[in-house]
Amino acid sequence: MRNIFALISGALFGAGLMISGMVDTAKVQGWLDIFGDWDPTLAFVMGGAIVPMAIAWQLTRGRKPLVGGDFPPKPEARLGRNLVLGSVLFGAGWGLAGLCPGPSMASLTFNGIGGVVFVGTMALGMFAAPVLRTRLDRAVPAE
Amino acid sequence: MEQDWIMGLIGGLLIGLAGAVYLLANGKVMGASGIIGGLVDGSGWITAKERIAFLAGLILMPALILPIYKEVDTHLTNNLWVIAAAGILVGVGTRFANGCTSGHGVCGISRLSLRGIVATVMYILAGGLTVVFFRHILGVI
Repeated sequence: MRNIFALISGALFGAGLMISGMVDTAKVQGWLDIFGDWDPTLAFVMGGAIVPMAIAWQLTRGRKPLVGGDFPPKPEARLGRNLVLGSVLFGAGWGLAGLCPGPSMASLTFNGIGGVVFVGTMALGMFAAPVLRTRLDRAVPAE
Repeated sequence: MEQDWIMGLIGGLLIGLAGAVYLLANGKVMGASGIIGGLVDGSGWITAKERIAFLAGLILMPALILPIYKEVDTHLTNNLWVIAAAGILVGVGTRFANGCTSGHGVCGISRLSLRGIVATVMYILAGGLTVVFFRHILGVI
């Protein structure tokens, strides 16, 4: 069952990214580009997505996930160096190409060689991240 | 333009619904970078099937509905160096931050997670500065 729910969730996510136009890098960069021809679409997508998700978090109270187990506990409100550094690096890449992980997968079948290169290099970065993180933590302790 | 907002809102609701299914059914936070990253670095191999099923839906559904659209132009740059640099930054960055637009943005903000809110503010600021710098000052994107 887990896998079927995951497939349904992925399909809904893909449909949402497609319908909202978030696979279009011009819309993403257009939203980030406040000095250009500003495109507000992304704010509507974010706003639209947060509503069902906020309801879902409310529904987790006093319940268990359908397939069993427990809901993820709220993470500690700790803002480490890795959170800030990582978000800045991610934001820079997001702005450069107009792609983030979800849309890069959703558009993989029709995004040409560039789409494949993005997913490939992203995977490479994800593969290298744990090693880089350990080295950085050793050289400059985060706390 | 007005239609773009409406489609954005409808698409956004579907994205939120996707996150709600993943949370209420499987008890997991729907974060694209975490789902992919766990497969890439091996940390999530115990739940590999679930992750692969999610990615299969995410990749195949847009391909299925693609014919409805007359043309889909993703406007992705032809400059493969820019794309490769962006890919590395997104890969490393999301794993350092432990989340991206879906995990921190959609799932984090909706439960008022401080980490999610701070991450989202940081990557939007960095993304905005990057677009302004590389587009209006260097003129390369």
